[in-house]
Amino acid sequence: MKIEPLEFEKPIVDLENQLAEIRDRSVGHEFELDTDIQKIEAKLRKTKTSVYQKLTPWQRIQIARHPQRPFMLDYVEKSLDDFIELHGDRTIGDDEAMPGGFATLDSQKVVVVGHQKGRDTKENLRRNFGSAHPEGYRKAIRLMRMGEKFDAPIIALIDTPGAYPGIGAEERNIAEAIAYNLREMMLLKVPIIAVVIGEGGSGGALGIGVADRVLIMENAYYSIISPEGCAAILWKDRKYAPEAAEALKITANDLSEMGIVDEIIPEPLGGAHHDHVGAALSLKNVVRKHVSELQKIPNDELLEARYQKFRNLGEFKGA
Amino acid sequence: MNRKMVVSRGFVGNFGVHETEKHDVMGIFKKPSIKSLGKKKRDMPEGLWHKCPSCGAIIHEADLQQRFRVCSKCEHHFTLTSHERIELLIDPGTFKETEGHLESVNPLGFKSYTDKVKNYQQKTGLKEAVLTGKGSICGAPITIAVMDFRFLGGSMGSVVGEKVTRAIELATAENRGVVVLSASGGARMHEGILSLMQMGKTSGALARHSEAKLPFISVLTHPTTGGVTASFATLGDVIIAEPKCMIGFAGPRVVKETTHQNLPPGFQSAEFMLEHGLVDLIVHRSDMREKLGQLFNFMLPKNAGSAAA
Repeated sequence: MKIEPLEFEKPIVDLENQLAEIRDRSVGHEFELDTDIQKIEAKLRKTKTSVYQKLTPWQRIQIARHPQRPFMLDYVEKSLDDFIELHGDRTIGDDEAMPGGFATLDSQKVVVVGHQKGRDTKENLRRNFGSAHPEGYRKAIRLMRMGEKFDAPIIALIDTPGAYPGIGAEERNIAEAIAYNLREMMLLKVPIIAVVIGEGGSGGALGIGVADRVLIMENAYYSIISPEGCAAILWKDRKYAPEAAEALKITANDLSEMGIVDEIIPEPLGGAHHDHVGAALSLKNVVRKHVSELQKIPNDELLEARYQKFRNLGEFKGA
Repeated sequence: MNRKMVVSRGFVGNFGVHETEKHDVMGIFKKPSIKSLGKKKRDMPEGLWHKCPSCGAIIHEADLQQRFRVCSKCEHHFTLTSHERIELLIDPGTFKETEGHLESVNPLGFKSYTDKVKNYQQKTGLKEAVLTGKGSICGAPITIAVMDFRFLGGSMGSVVGEKVTRAIELATAENRGVVVLSASGGARMHEGILSLMQMGKTSGALARHSEAKLPFISVLTHPTTGGVTASFATLGDVIIAEPKCMIGFAGPRVVKETTHQNLPPGFQSAEFMLEHGLVDLIVHRSDMREKLGQLFNFMLPKNAGSAAA
């Protein structure tokens, strides 16, 4: 799979092209190009390091939204085994923007739910670009309840631009579907681990995000509003989205400093889309560690800690 | 216009009219014509006449006060301040404000947020967008949170989330019901992700309150949207809406832009919500206190109001 480069990756791509060209030329020729190749390779390494080590928030958002980024079902396939997808909210339909089911993490049984985006236009229509309807959130809580019932820790993979703001979604009470999950997830007597794998779009993300551990992939983001939406309000122009991305403090590092996320999961160099298997392995290792930690905690302590985790978030004066 | 009408712009006891004014204001015919308003504007006490945003009728302040700030022509419910709500609902002499000292900080160092909060504090005389306290409604012991749309669109940041949470926790500790009157544009952008987390925090507090078998009544007033709708506002054991108020997850403009569809008539109105099974009741403002009292007295346990064991 050829990876579509992002705008800021252009210097890297240029060097890679140069390198490919010079290698092509060296094939079947006598003259010595090794030193040239080595020079370019060194420059490439340096450029990669300098580009990827100081990514701006806006650049990270480009990575988080990259169409070739691993999605929920990619992680399920590559990090988990024996996935059995279960469908439907038992009332109105099956939301393909929010798949879920049973799986195993090594030998540990788990329930996995999450937002699923589409790789192309056709799949995106099916998956509604990862924007779930009320039925998605209701299916998710139904599956999570089975996690509680069958003693299977819950893994929630978050990747949504937001819950769907459509007519049907409003009519079927999208707000209540999210609110209900917020309340009920607080009471589920089983470990819950939420991972923001791409976009953590506001209430639509939190709707499956009340958890004992909240983790985030290195280039994912989690925000109250999209940078574009914020820019439209604050600067009256969406083109200021990069500034808004900065101001909203939505990167993994910012969120970690604020105590919103518990751990940042490292991604392969350049972002998870460069290496799905590597990203999935990275996620698996961190999630597995947290699952086994949480399983040692008695349920009443687990629930108290989950309550306090959210209870303590917020900054104000006059306490 | 020579008469000196002393009509307080603020709330007057029991939605009544000032004593000094009762003799002057006899009815609509005695009121100055609208035409004359332009010329003599300077002599007018501010805010004596109001245009109904729904039907356009020009209504006198005294009329509004007598009718709980509801339009006499079309029953449009004007926005109430949080203090007006308390006066409307809570048994006289029983209200005690809680957590009134909490104030916002600027956790993200967000552009002009500190000034914004200061401005709204000066403009409204409020510290924040929610007023919380305890008291009783028709004798039923409750804690109450009233959002005030005038303060930054009633948006929920850390302080609003904290005050609502504390009001719920206090109710759980003292075996009280909870009533929250929502009026909000949603989560407060200026506090970023911390605002989002208030949704989880308040909903969590409601989970514990509910486990203690205590009742929560959510009253939706105009307008209630976004993060407030997607957390405590839709979690009521009983959900009540004021007539014609606008309730939604996304605002109508966003829905229209996203779907490129025309919105159905009455979309996101209280009546639409009732028809779709999303709220229990639509209650006129004048009946609100009594209805809340009835419901709480049905739902509250016998030992309500005494500290939980």
